[in-house]
Amino acid sequence: MATIYIDNKPYEVKAGKNLLEACLTLGMDVPYFCWHPAMGSVGACRQCAVKVYKDENDTKGKLFMSCMEPVRDNLRISIADLEAKEFRAHVIGWLMTNHPHDCAVCDEGGACHLQDMTVMSGHNYREYRFDKRTYINQYLGPFLNHEMNRCIQCYRCVRYYKDYAGGKDLDVFAAHNHLYFGRAEDGVLESEFSGNLAEVCPTGVFTDKTLKQHYTRKWDLTMAPSVCHHCSLGCNTVAGERYGTLRNITNRYNGEVNGYFLCDRGRFGYEFVNSAGRVRKPLVRSQLPEATDKYTALRAAASAIKAGRTIGIGSPRASLESNYVLRKLVGEENFYHGVSDTEHDLVDMALCILREGAARTPSLREVEKADAVFILGEDLTNTAPMLALAVRQAVRQQPLQESVAEAKIPVWQDAAVRELVQNDKGPLFIAHYTTTKLDELATKTYFDTPDAVARLGFAVANLIQPDSPEVGGLAGEQQALAQQIADALMAANNPLVISGTSSGNERVLKAAANIANALCAREKAAGIILTVPECNSMGLAMLGGHKLASAFEAVLNGYADTVIILENDLHRRAGAITLAKFLNSCKQIIVLDHLHNATTEKANILLPASTFSEADGTLINNEGRAQRFYQVYPTAEELQESWRWLAELGTIIADEQISNWHGYDDIVKAIAEEIPELSGVAATTPASDFRIAGQRIPREPHRFSGRTSMLANHNVNEPKPPTDPDSPLSYTMEGYRGQPPSSMIPFFWAPGWNSVQSTNKYQQEVGGHLKGGDPGVRLIEPAGKAPFSTAVPQNFIQIEGHLYMLPLHHTFGSEELSSHSPSVRERIPAPYVALNAADAVRMKLDEGQLLSFSIEGDRYQLPVKTSHAIPSGTAGLPCGLPGVQFAELPAWALLNRDIKWKKQPQTTF
Amino acid sequence: MGGYQSVRKVLKEMTPAEVQTLVKDSKLRGRGGAGFSAGLKWSFVPIGPDAATPKYLVANADEMEPGTFKDRVLLEGNPHQLIEGMIVAAYAIQASISYVFLRWAYKLAAQEITKAIHEAYEAGYLGENILGSGFNLEMHLHTGVGRYMCGEETALLNALEGKRANPRAKPPFPQVSGLFGKPTIVNNVETLCNLPHIVNNGLEWYWGLSKSADTGTKLYGVSGRVKTPGCWELPMGVTIRELLEEYAGGMQNGYLFKGLLPGGASTDFLVEEHLDVPMDYGSIQAAGSRLGTGTMIILDDQTCPVGFVHNLQHFFAQESCGFCTPCREGLPWVEKILLALDKGEGKPEHLLTLDFHTKYLGPGNTFCALAPGAMEPLQSALKYFREDFERHIHEHHCPWSKSKAWQPSI
Amino acid sequence: MLTAEEKHQIDHEIGLVPSPKNACIEALKIVQQSYGWVSDESLKDVAEYVGMSTAELDSVATFYNLIFRRPVGRHVILLCDSISCYVMGYEGIRDHLYNSLNIKYGQTTEDGRFTLLPNCCLGTCDCAPALMIDNDLYRNLTVEQLDEILNKYT
Repeated sequence: MATIYIDNKPYEVKAGKNLLEACLTLGMDVPYFCWHPAMGSVGACRQCAVKVYKDENDTKGKLFMSCMEPVRDNLRISIADLEAKEFRAHVIGWLMTNHPHDCAVCDEGGACHLQDMTVMSGHNYREYRFDKRTYINQYLGPFLNHEMNRCIQCYRCVRYYKDYAGGKDLDVFAAHNHLYFGRAEDGVLESEFSGNLAEVCPTGVFTDKTLKQHYTRKWDLTMAPSVCHHCSLGCNTVAGERYGTLRNITNRYNGEVNGYFLCDRGRFGYEFVNSAGRVRKPLVRSQLPEATDKYTALRAAASAIKAGRTIGIGSPRASLESNYVLRKLVGEENFYHGVSDTEHDLVDMALCILREGAARTPSLREVEKADAVFILGEDLTNTAPMLALAVRQAVRQQPLQESVAEAKIPVWQDAAVRELVQNDKGPLFIAHYTTTKLDELATKTYFDTPDAVARLGFAVANLIQPDSPEVGGLAGEQQALAQQIADALMAANNPLVISGTSSGNERVLKAAANIANALCAREKAAGIILTVPECNSMGLAMLGGHKLASAFEAVLNGYADTVIILENDLHRRAGAITLAKFLNSCKQIIVLDHLHNATTEKANILLPASTFSEADGTLINNEGRAQRFYQVYPTAEELQESWRWLAELGTIIADEQISNWHGYDDIVKAIAEEIPELSGVAATTPASDFRIAGQRIPREPHRFSGRTSMLANHNVNEPKPPTDPDSPLSYTMEGYRGQPPSSMIPFFWAPGWNSVQSTNKYQQEVGGHLKGGDPGVRLIEPAGKAPFSTAVPQNFIQIEGHLYMLPLHHTFGSEELSSHSPSVRERIPAPYVALNAADAVRMKLDEGQLLSFSIEGDRYQLPVKTSHAIPSGTAGLPCGLPGVQFAELPAWALLNRDIKWKKQPQTTF
Repeated sequence: MGGYQSVRKVLKEMTPAEVQTLVKDSKLRGRGGAGFSAGLKWSFVPIGPDAATPKYLVANADEMEPGTFKDRVLLEGNPHQLIEGMIVAAYAIQASISYVFLRWAYKLAAQEITKAIHEAYEAGYLGENILGSGFNLEMHLHTGVGRYMCGEETALLNALEGKRANPRAKPPFPQVSGLFGKPTIVNNVETLCNLPHIVNNGLEWYWGLSKSADTGTKLYGVSGRVKTPGCWELPMGVTIRELLEEYAGGMQNGYLFKGLLPGGASTDFLVEEHLDVPMDYGSIQAAGSRLGTGTMIILDDQTCPVGFVHNLQHFFAQESCGFCTPCREGLPWVEKILLALDKGEGKPEHLLTLDFHTKYLGPGNTFCALAPGAMEPLQSALKYFREDFERHIHEHHCPWSKSKAWQPSI
Repeated sequence: MLTAEEKHQIDHEIGLVPSPKNACIEALKIVQQSYGWVSDESLKDVAEYVGMSTAELDSVATFYNLIFRRPVGRHVILLCDSISCYVMGYEGIRDHLYNSLNIKYGQTTEDGRFTLLPNCCLGTCDCAPALMIDNDLYRNLTVEQLDEILNKYT
């Protein structure tokens, strides 16, 4: 700790920080642009100037940039000094010489950091009377809008895009006052994290293009804390609504999970909520008209359930509550997971590893601090993008701890750190069957089949701890690599093993577990982090349930005849033929879902389920962290949460337990009581009767406008605002103005800080945890009693006339819901099959030619893409892409010579 | 031919520390414009077995300061002298790789230096185990691709690394994290050329060369409307008058002396009353300016002071790298005001704007010294020639221009 | 496409620096030597060769005023417009060039012979005004000399 004097008052501040951070943490309003809590200081904008004095006798002082000034004991500064204030006002004045008078028409207005700093500096009269420089904007893709005239050349965009996120196609061009920030030429921004530019940019140069389709000022949005539903990491978001449409997703700071950033899938995947394909009315297909009201549908469903023997198929993308109520409704023995059996086993195994193993799972924020990382069988950029972003920061750790500390350069002095470190990186090893975007950072990459990856993993574990089984017949090269990896992990302070379920191979998971356990046995502070497929895969696994194949059997054997399918398109879970048989054998199919899909088409009764922004619920992320998401806006009566539909059904059929539940809180309580491991779910947020000084927490900022006139076209009388029975939040702007518990923060705002920079005010220290702790309750702590797995696989052997299909994942396209978002859809690649380059030559197939094959009888015909990484004898099939039907991968594909080609000449294999 | 004696001497008879002490005691000050003690600058380079390697020595031959043309003479005329000095300096800081960073425009110098480096390698003064001493030194010529910023030492390092020539914040200093993050010294060409002579002839001799507290000789230059503009090596401390009248031959016929910039574009004006000030660091500073590069630019009475300053600000605004706000946005504003004054469209408040720029674009307020340098001629012009500025405003035209009537702006 | 000779020269430069990217400016100079300017295609070729993205390389290229990203004539005239040349009357030289070549700063003559650009101080202030054509320096210029000088270049 150090004592500094600000305007002659003493303050205790943390040592090692820069003056700007220290002042902001103290709550002082010092303006800045180029400094960013996640990216450190460069000293470019000169906005943060304060006076620094030599000693208490020095009255003149000298201007210093607070972001570049290290805190030291007895430092004397002044923020209020007149010269400092005048200088800071001039900096705004200089920026205003070229900044257009766009505020009224600029998307950023109302949440603009430049506006805020302009007001804060006191600059209010533009003296400059000459011309402004103008630029030509670029097309950057479906996500971001480009308006360069507004640029204040703070360099944040390129520092974030290039240095933080590893992007290659955004840069700064030209010099002096012609600086241009953009791409070399028009085109889609390649980075999966480009959307953060909208929040990183302090002005309106980069703005959310999807928001532009239905633009709303921040102060006019109704917002609620939400959780991203598009992968298993559970990044926290803020969802904003107006006039019944979801308008945008912005980042909700969580100091443990996502920090300041989101991936593009999470940020722009929301548009499916506004899709024309939404199920908006309940359908009872046995009657005409099919579309009906809520009570008719409920009655129809209730009678179907009472009349038949019902089973329930849950979903890894539905909330914990929805799955739980379904389980309660149909009974534990009749509750099945709506996932492929492979996925079921893998997620169960992942859960087991986290429960029984010795290593704990770090949060994303902790991943950034890992100083040696080994990734097995995961293409993180596509399966869990924000985890890839965290790994990008992790490879900076070792040089930071060593050479930078030795040279005594503060870690926040970003340019100096990067200059000293040059291209040095901490150890990162990636073993996978396809190339990944993280490969460029890796010390070594190893491309081979999943079993070979597992073998390498087992070898590494054995080298660390001989109790872990050996791998026989390992080639010299792999042995050497295993040694190199083992040495790197052992030399580190916080070694990290990353794996997951996306390769479809359980031995990879077992190998990863062995490595983590071996490291712990050798007393290293090791971590293991596993990705699972969907936002609530972990929650579903923790709830328990039977395999999907047994659900099919149950119906085919006549044990059951009525099925309730919860938020799940089963055509993404099982082969077409098997599924068709199953669905045709069901007497009654009751489906609850958001969007029309192939499964809802088969429903006899279809109930409209609310999406994440229209629902309350809990998700459990891959870390085992339970997080609550809140309904953003009320919906029509017949559109409600799945758990509410199911609970109403339960009440109608007079289920004893369900009938005693009177609301959301009761469901959460029931979960916590019935399943001890999930007891923490009740602690994620306060109950719905929580108030602060008798007040709710408002979803709308106090400047929300139009309330009395918004619905005047329907009814000139302003309706009574709806109340929220499921949470302490209100649907209006009335309520408690201060900082609520962090899990309930609906938006970030502070007086004078209208932009996302207001997050500073909510944190214990700037860039650190939220006051009162970050949202989410971790439910799993490792028991440390798992034995080493002995399941060392043999080497992969090719089969003539076959290809072993391995799953490939795409940030855009593999995940179901986001693929319905128009902006995301533009980014989804066309279907293909990835072939080993040498195999393709052997098979006389050129890039783009069609390859015909079948998996378990399901036929495929896809254009070839050659790959130098995918191992010979295998091929990569993109999962979930529109146009690529489901297959339970990995699986052998029979190369099909007999399919009649329409346009292509026959190939010879 | 008597060349490289100093290399022989330092490698065979002196330790690196001794060389550093010698140079520090010689009071040699940086000749690139900053005037910082060369020996002291070297002393911050980590020495010893734990120091990061390789260490670099760079000769800053990117002479682009308007009005400055002295290094050209050294580079074209006697490149071996520079190389010799570089070897001495490299030895003193135990650098093993060296560069001459030469501006694009000095084509003849590039040829000469390339030849000289080759000759030095052939003669065994560069390369491995120089003269059997165990000291190794590589030397490379690197030619620039424009941009005045490359003359700033940290921006120069970025240019050498193949990046945009933005400057770097200090600390950390190049001595700790310089080229490619390694300990580096960047010295001006003239500074390095002094070294062989200091080594060969010793301190007394070097001190004795000058007429003032600052030691040695200096390459002085004069340009502008003088009879014999040129560049001369003279004892440190000759007066401005001597340079102007004896060496530069005085003003051309029909022109009167009005003022001068003593050391290149980024120095403050001095006027009639300063003609007897010695041209050394301390004296010029006491007079309110900077010795800078020591090449004087004369403002004659037929040249409009506003036009003169406008030309300078146009240069600085255009050469700004664009990294920091005050320089990037402030200098073009200043330029536009001066253009307006030139065209007769100036307003009284423009002078106030110029004033706050001179107040706030000072050292430390901007990221590097380019903007503060730009303000030096401006602030001193406003001090000494404010009347001329005001005439432009009140008379609605440039009193030096041919046109008489006020042209309204389009 | 980079020629074998260009690649050879670039390889030499790469050999002198820690990472190929560090030699990118040298590589651009080499390509500009061949064609007079750096086209988008050349930029792409160089970027690929030294392991940078086109955006990253163009970021470096566009910073420097003597790397030409637009085509230039067979000869580039760099006329000094800095302070000593200003005092000594470079504007007369400029106006003569404008008139006799029928172009302004930044333009190329119709026959592709000359491109005229201003340049900052050429470092020969005692012999102002001055200009450079390609690698040749001309100083102590008078308007009368100009036509003879220009005629040397085809």
